[in-house]
Amino acid sequence: MSPRTPGADLPEHPDLLWHDREPKRSYDVVIVGGGGHGLATAHYLAKDHGITNVAVLEKGWLGGGNMARNTTIIRSNYLWDESSGIYEHSLKLWEGLEEDLGYPILFSQRGVLNLAHTLQDVRDSVRRVEANKLNGVDAEWLDPDEVRKICPIVNTSGDIRYPVLGATYQPRAGIAKHDYVAWGFARRADEAGIDLIQDCEVTGFTTDGDRVTGVRTTRGDIATGSVALCAAGHTSVLTDLLGIPVPVQSHPLQALVSELLEPVHPTVVMSNAVHVYVSQAHKGELVMGAGVDSYNGYGQRGAFSIIERQMAAAVELFPVFARAHLLRTWGGIVDTSPDASPIVGRTPYENVWLNCGWGTGGFKATPGIGSTLAHTIAHGEPHPLVAPFTLERFITGALVDEHGAAAVAH
Amino acid sequence: MQLIACPWCGPREEVEFSYGGQAHVPHPAAPADLSDEEWAHYVFFRANPKGRFAERWNHSAGCRRWFNAVRDTATYRFEAVYRLDEPRPVTP
Repeated sequence: MSPRTPGADLPEHPDLLWHDREPKRSYDVVIVGGGGHGLATAHYLAKDHGITNVAVLEKGWLGGGNMARNTTIIRSNYLWDESSGIYEHSLKLWEGLEEDLGYPILFSQRGVLNLAHTLQDVRDSVRRVEANKLNGVDAEWLDPDEVRKICPIVNTSGDIRYPVLGATYQPRAGIAKHDYVAWGFARRADEAGIDLIQDCEVTGFTTDGDRVTGVRTTRGDIATGSVALCAAGHTSVLTDLLGIPVPVQSHPLQALVSELLEPVHPTVVMSNAVHVYVSQAHKGELVMGAGVDSYNGYGQRGAFSIIERQMAAAVELFPVFARAHLLRTWGGIVDTSPDASPIVGRTPYENVWLNCGWGTGGFKATPGIGSTLAHTIAHGEPHPLVAPFTLERFITGALVDEHGAAAVAH
Repeated sequence: MQLIACPWCGPREEVEFSYGGQAHVPHPAAPADLSDEEWAHYVFFRANPKGRFAERWNHSAGCRRWFNAVRDTATYRFEAVYRLDEPRPVTP
């Protein structure tokens, strides 16, 4: 038999959603990080501002970090005006995103319940509902009977360790298919002529006074007009190269899925006090997230004791889950900030823009930060919705303290 | 489960310990003289390296004593543990 080319008998490769480009020598804008935030920023730079001489540099593969690892919860029921501004802007963009991207993202507005288990939880929750209403964000306070009507499998009996005393409800909240979101943004950015470059790690910066002139990468030096850092858990690695102190700490955050089950869970449930958040993906897995592992870590894995504690809480709240089987657990790296709010905007380098500190809640912000960071880069001036989230606020004291106020660690 | 070697009790399970963040951050010698920026750095800013990190741990469900460790934040491997009155050991 004559030798055959391996794969010669396979069908033609289907059309690619995007192309893996070679880096050029120079760009107007370099975005470091090819996750949700980086890809969304690229899309809005092209769509809203006509800026397409842009590279997105990704050290691994596109959308393979936290974008592939999060629990996909989307909501905007934050306490403070600054937070509800950016998160509600994001939620509104989610509501039109399938149309904008021309790509299905399985955005499902099934609502989110944030459970209250103590009297203090109840007071904080009612306050947050009122704050949300004043900010035009849909929010309701529900008593345990109303909670049961929306999500019949929640254990609302008084006979558990942390009884459910009620919940806040945001009907417009929901979930989306995270991979599709990354692919949708990547496809549109690629169509616009933006270079998506994988396997390209930034190893340094070249500077001239208070400007960065280029990035050094594992695939050569690239000159650039401006830089946007969208590296989430690896932000400190980049800012250390630039000598910019940034008050974030990287922690492992774990999540897990069960095997596929019949639809049992109609909404999203989050509980701050017992630290679990659960939804059911379209395919049928229960998707659950935990709290962060306490120590600093870049390992994309965490301790099993965290999963164990989370399962105990989930089974107490949802007795029906006791017979479900765990299929997979994994971890991502989240960059937490001192006030649980993001850090976006200026750095000591006039053409380097910071976007970090989203902690455990960056996914929901994907289109919101993409559009506002693109605006910021295009105008050389922070967009009004991100203006409160400066690095300087840790010096001036103008913190946006969302610790606990907006439910579970985001 | 990861074992952590408490300098007083020996190797114990990770769940017995709590984390204290970056080690060797001294309280300012002259607090009244600090600028807002210096205070901010003392209160909010901590190193966040990928790799070796000198950090504080407390054996909270054991002897309840604090100690320091050098740990690799990428692999989670403890390279050294040492008492608070000992200097940071030189790790290979």
